[in-house]
Amino acid sequence: MQQGKQRACEELRLEKSPTGIRGFDEITQGGLPRGRTALVTGGPGTGKTMLAMEFLAKGATEFGEPGVFVSFEETPDELIANSASLGFSLPELCESNRLYMDYVRVERSEIEETGEYDLEGLFIRLSHAINTVGAKRLVLDTIETLFSGLSNAAILRAELRRLFRWLKDKGMTTIVTGERGANSLTREGLEEYVSDCVILMDHRVTEQVSTRRLRVVKYRGTEHGTNEYPFLISDRGFMVLPITSMKLDYAAAEERISSGIPRLDAMLGGKGLYRGSLALVSGTAGTGKTSVATAFADAACRRGERCMYFAFEESAQQVIRNMRSIGLDLGRWVEKGLMKIIGQRPTVHGLEHHLMTMQFMIDDFDPAAVVVDPVTNLTQVGAISEVRATLARLVDHLKSRNITVLFTSLTPGAADEEMTNVGISSLADTWLLLQNLETAGERNRAITILKSRGMAHSNQVREFLLTGKGIDLVDVYIGPEGVLTGSARVSREADEKAREAALRLEIDRLEADRRKRRALLEEQIARLRSEFEGEEKELESRIRLEKLKMETMFQKKKEMGISRKAET
Amino acid sequence: MKDENNGEVWELRLYVAGQTPKSIQAFANLKRICEEYLAGKYRIEVVDLMENPQLAQGDQILAVPTLVRKLPPPIKKIIGDLSNTERVLVGLDVRQV
Repeated sequence: MQQGKQRACEELRLEKSPTGIRGFDEITQGGLPRGRTALVTGGPGTGKTMLAMEFLAKGATEFGEPGVFVSFEETPDELIANSASLGFSLPELCESNRLYMDYVRVERSEIEETGEYDLEGLFIRLSHAINTVGAKRLVLDTIETLFSGLSNAAILRAELRRLFRWLKDKGMTTIVTGERGANSLTREGLEEYVSDCVILMDHRVTEQVSTRRLRVVKYRGTEHGTNEYPFLISDRGFMVLPITSMKLDYAAAEERISSGIPRLDAMLGGKGLYRGSLALVSGTAGTGKTSVATAFADAACRRGERCMYFAFEESAQQVIRNMRSIGLDLGRWVEKGLMKIIGQRPTVHGLEHHLMTMQFMIDDFDPAAVVVDPVTNLTQVGAISEVRATLARLVDHLKSRNITVLFTSLTPGAADEEMTNVGISSLADTWLLLQNLETAGERNRAITILKSRGMAHSNQVREFLLTGKGIDLVDVYIGPEGVLTGSARVSREADEKAREAALRLEIDRLEADRRKRRALLEEQIARLRSEFEGEEKELESRIRLEKLKMETMFQKKKEMGISRKAET
Repeated sequence: MKDENNGEVWELRLYVAGQTPKSIQAFANLKRICEEYLAGKYRIEVVDLMENPQLAQGDQILAVPTLVRKLPPPIKKIIGDLSNTERVLVGLDVRQV
């Protein structure tokens, strides 16, 4: 209870002003401190101005808080042009009185200083700007320029201190940008004046690939992530990738979904994959990884779910064309809007950038299934440890959203097949291994389940057939010579068929024989019976004759007795 | 040389923010310098930004007091209370005249 109270107090004390920047509000737990000044610092070209501008644009469009942008470096025209590429129109915001831009130019060569002065002019300009649009948010980008324009640093420092206090009194949520110094956060030590929130931005290039990162150095009175968070500046604005889902606390679904291959579902405990799990399909080149992935994607669409397919080696059209050859028509799902195929080479961007773009695309499309084919292509753009960490992040993010994921992983031919070179197998819940078995002068595909968490799964190797009607799994022939696949299996099966046919023939022959003998017997019986019947009739007529004779004899005796008048 | 500048009018604008000691000081200093060096060919306009805040943007006023030499071109700016006459004259390019 006490904790609750404390928290309530904290919330009262620290109201936040949401920036509306994707991911940023999550890592700062709500945005920037409302009514206070935050310092955004970093080297040149790290995106400070863009962050600040987006803060104002989102404030104006999404939170009903007009803003003032005071630029000391770029003219409004330059700002408008730069921001247009990020997807917001500043002139529109200015016309509707939701944004006020003021360009403050200080040119040392034009200015002569003599005697005492103060920066009241700047205060008046700010005040005028704030009143014009009723601003709640303010950006000073970058006020340090004043130090190069005006020589009296003592006055400047005193005035800056006064300025920040004045902004606080006015309740302006302010972003002050600063250029990073050699040994300090900002060249002129702005961090001395801004003590509530400091954000450090960074842009580094490793192995020719650039990554932007951001860190909350300080945020007084609030719990904040202390990590470096990757961010990107895209045509949809500024986005930070929050790494919040590393907790492994997502719910585990009981629901099972089809992998798209009925026989494979049977191998997976008879029910298929768990929803929200990660399936990894690994194998060397040409083992049919993409086909398995496509069948999975197709099955998702068949269920009426959305599926996002990242193809790192083929264009969307190519995937559709190739998969048609095994009887999977992805085109119709794309047309229906159920499937989105993104064909892109990962080397185009840095890894972080890439994963972030993927994550945001996924969040926008909201699919139930995601396919990355092949995930190993991402290793081309980053060190393995980094790839592993970022992939784990992506997977956790997807799992927390109950999205079923399928990664394919290309194993180099020479390497151990039960190894994925990204080292992501530990992330996978179900791991399917596709192999090429080379016997009797041919290569045949085989599939095995290496692991599948939380289900009884088959331990059998199955032959994997790609037919015009789709994917089929058949039992391999296991004989004295070992596992047989392909034509060896087929010939072995033919042998068996022949043997079976011979037996069947023999059975048929015996059966016919039996029938014939029986018929013969029946015939004999019938003949004997008819013979007997003839004899019987003859005998019967003789019996009748003899009886007649006897009767006549008896009659004659009687008549004679009467004539002799004999006594009876 | 004198003839050349005879027809020329020095148009000066002093930006202040309210009647502060600094602005009063600056105006007094300016008046004195002009009388001494530009007698009869100057015009001073005082702009109080407290009353007309929107005027600050046009001349890029940041510090007050700021003296802007509108004419003759190019535009020159001197900030401060103008207490150093030497610097004001350099700033206004009066010496070369």
